[in-house]
Amino acid sequence: MIEIKDLHKSYKMGSNSLHVLKGLNFSIDEGELVAIMGSSGSGKSTLLNILGMLDEADSGSYTLDGVPIKDLNETKAAKYRNKFLGFVFQSFNLINYKSAMENVALPLYYQKVPRKEREEKALKYLAQVGLKEWATHLPNELSGGQKQRVAIARAMAAEPKVLLADEPTGALDSKTSYEVMDLIQNINDKGNTILVVTHEEDIAHMCKRIVHLKDGVIVEDKKVEQVRAAQYVK
Amino acid sequence: MFDIERWQEIFDTIRKNKLRTFLTGLSVASGIFILVILLGFGEGFRNGIAHEFEQDAATSVWVWPGATTKKYKGLNPGRNIQLTNVNYEFASKLLEDDIQFKSPRIFVRDVSVTYGNEALVYQVQGISSQFQFIENARMSKGRFLNHQDETNRAKVAVIGKKIADDVFTDIDNPVGEFIKISGLPFKIIGVFNETEDREEERIYIPVTTAQSTFNGGDKVNNLGFTLPPSDNFEEVVAKSIKFKNSLQSYLQQAHTVAPDDTNAIFVWSAMEEAKRYYSLTDNIALFFWFVGICTIIAGVVGVSNIMLIVVRERTKEIGIRKALGAKPWSIVGMILHESIFITSISGFAGLIFSMGLLEFVGPHIEVDYIMNPSVNFTVAISTVFVLVLAGAVAGFFPAWRAANIHTIDALRDE
Repeated sequence: MIEIKDLHKSYKMGSNSLHVLKGLNFSIDEGELVAIMGSSGSGKSTLLNILGMLDEADSGSYTLDGVPIKDLNETKAAKYRNKFLGFVFQSFNLINYKSAMENVALPLYYQKVPRKEREEKALKYLAQVGLKEWATHLPNELSGGQKQRVAIARAMAAEPKVLLADEPTGALDSKTSYEVMDLIQNINDKGNTILVVTHEEDIAHMCKRIVHLKDGVIVEDKKVEQVRAAQYVK
Repeated sequence: MFDIERWQEIFDTIRKNKLRTFLTGLSVASGIFILVILLGFGEGFRNGIAHEFEQDAATSVWVWPGATTKKYKGLNPGRNIQLTNVNYEFASKLLEDDIQFKSPRIFVRDVSVTYGNEALVYQVQGISSQFQFIENARMSKGRFLNHQDETNRAKVAVIGKKIADDVFTDIDNPVGEFIKISGLPFKIIGVFNETEDREEERIYIPVTTAQSTFNGGDKVNNLGFTLPPSDNFEEVVAKSIKFKNSLQSYLQQAHTVAPDDTNAIFVWSAMEEAKRYYSLTDNIALFFWFVGICTIIAGVVGVSNIMLIVVRERTKEIGIRKALGAKPWSIVGMILHESIFITSISGFAGLIFSMGLLEFVGPHIEVDYIMNPSVNFTVAISTVFVLVLAGAVAGFFPAWRAANIHTIDALRDE
């Protein structure tokens, strides 16, 4: 599903150049649930931004679902993002003047799905994250966990190839974190490919594979025994 | 533009950001409102001045005598000048080609006017038939004096409407009634209207009657002339100045007055005065335009400012939309579409409100020199378009910049 080869990225800070990613190679198959771990400054966010086409690598190749991702301009990137990717952010990034349902329906608007169909789909995905009753509520009327579930519903609504989650539990307490991870696991069980960036061990172990980044190189890439989040919920 | 989905998206945004929408709208609407009101009053001022000059024929030239102030050809200063029939006739002959209407005028003084037992305190003036056109008097009843009255020295009178209203309260039509001037019966043959009340308090009798019956001799007090009107304002002004100068120099020669003695014989030309006033109104109109354009500029700056703030405030939203697959152009389109929609609606609201105000309140304004303030609709509507366009241009650059901020940077924006 995702294949990267010899990925390099450096940032210019005045006269200094900060080499953040130093030749990464890995691939992710369809249906995987991968955790990318690392301390801050390890390059995990940069990697996710490149995978999410929010940023571009200096060199190396990136193939997503068989499509080489290169020579991106904003318009092309927007098209690919809409077609291939769903995002879940640490700070939820819901549009605060839109209701839960309208937030979920937004990526469909950019896919030019008609309004009626958008709303039906949005309600369907809200129901999947257990928030159907909250469809008309604004984000500030929802708890942190609920907001993140709306964000996950929004990411799923576009039916992306890959779901990219950047510290999805970073702003949540552990109980809510497990609820969100439970949801992510359930989505993964249905065959969706998911990438989770985290620095929390327990969250990482709820995935099926952990890629450890340190100083811009992969130091460890292992399959793990998945811990089901459901056991902590209830 | 005709994308219904886009419209729905924009209405959603507007509905949920009422304050922002209201503030943008208010600055546009008030800009247009102030401009239209200003232009309206500029126009009202013009109308008012034009009205002041409608009272008498616009091309009229008047002569009245004074006293000499300069020694000339052995004559002492302080000599009173008395105009005569000869002056009138000679001037009429001399300047025949330039004159449209002409009339002498005599003030009949020290006479008692009575109607029945009632004493009337009104001016009696001896004039000729063409005086009606010089004064722009309109007949409401009966007729004006004519040439026959003059040659017959008829004892007939034309009275102003105010006299008719004040004195002849018991009868519908004063025409046919008799008033007595110095004991002599004069038949009323007409009632005239004037734009000014003061000028309706006059009793006109034929100049010949006035001379033979009351003052005696061939003395006249004023000479009145009008020049033929023309569409070319400047040409008439030039003509009337030339006319005025030749008339003045003839009269000065006839009465042995020094050419530079301005107090002996006064010649007044309405056109010359009008020119002075019209250039004043032109300047005032210019000033109002200047203020109006400044207001529009302030409005444009206001709109641009709000657009900057709006785009700034929405940076994160833009980032989210882009992460979800919005293309830069769709972001720019969305912001501009919204801003153009709001500025147009509020611009027209300001336009309708101010035009309505001028329409309903304007005709009731009765102040000297301001009359019926109104505004040219085309001008008003083009200013709305200018404002909308300027708002769009002003909004475009921040929108374009925001749409091209890196999505991650936009998302990081708090």
